Amino acid sequence: MLSCFEATLLLSQRQDRPLKLNEKAQLTLHLSMCSKCRNFSQQMRLLSGLAKQYRNQDNPSQEDEQQ
Amino acid sequence: MSLNTSHSPQFLAKLRQQMLGFAILQLGCTASAEDAVQEAMLSAHVHAASFKGQSAYKTWVFAILKHKMIDQMRSKQRHPQSSVNVDATEFEPEQLFDGSGHWTAAHAPMRWPNPEGELENEDFWQIFELCLTHLPAQHARVFMMREMLELESIEICAELGLSVSNLNVLMYRARLRLRECLESKWLKQEDCAC
Repeated sequence: MLSCFEATLLLSQRQDRPLKLNEKAQLTLHLSMCSKCRNFSQQMRLLSGLAKQYRNQDNPSQEDEQQ
Repeated sequence: MSLNTSHSPQFLAKLRQQMLGFAILQLGCTASAEDAVQEAMLSAHVHAASFKGQSAYKTWVFAILKHKMIDQMRSKQRHPQSSVNVDATEFEPEQLFDGSGHWTAAHAPMRWPNPEGELENEDFWQIFELCLTHLPAQHARVFMMREMLELESIEICAELGLSVSNLNVLMYRARLRLRECLESKWLKQEDCAC
């Protein structure tokens, strides 16, 4: 059984590489029982999306050019 | 490949001035500061076209500048451990977890209420920028390379001379810290050391 520390390591790496089958299985099991890590899991995905929005926002000269 | 940077000469000149002010203050030497700023701007320019937003580009250039300055300070110092270390405030993930690897009560991730709705909010983006700016330079740099430039891990490792496991650790710490900072400052509206 993964600890939260181990689960969060995998949840970070999931953003950077495909997890192996056994890693996915262990993670799914942990997440099914741990709401804190479920929150963390959603937030890792959200951070990635926020980073892209931040990258693209707030440039007046480009807003006009892009449809 | 043409390098079509979206940033105006005026913006870049102003940015250069801000960086120079910051670097002179930190390094106490105009010549070294100019070198560091020059190197940082050249290095940042390689990926300039990927950053549409001016704030994001500024954050990126400053992360590189801080990194160049740490290199300079270290190379001047015979004893690196006594040099000014911008990364010294870094928290270790161990503080977040107890002895058996479970979240400690103070740091357990909360449920974030409908984040999508908050994103129109200018305050949120200010906090996001603040949290990103406060990451240690190396963390901010790898986070931005991965999540904004969308480079693959092996490309980042090649560009920065890191091993994959080093990169995994840096990305992990960057994400933990950014998450913690957003939760403290945005949801709990309190100050944090992050």
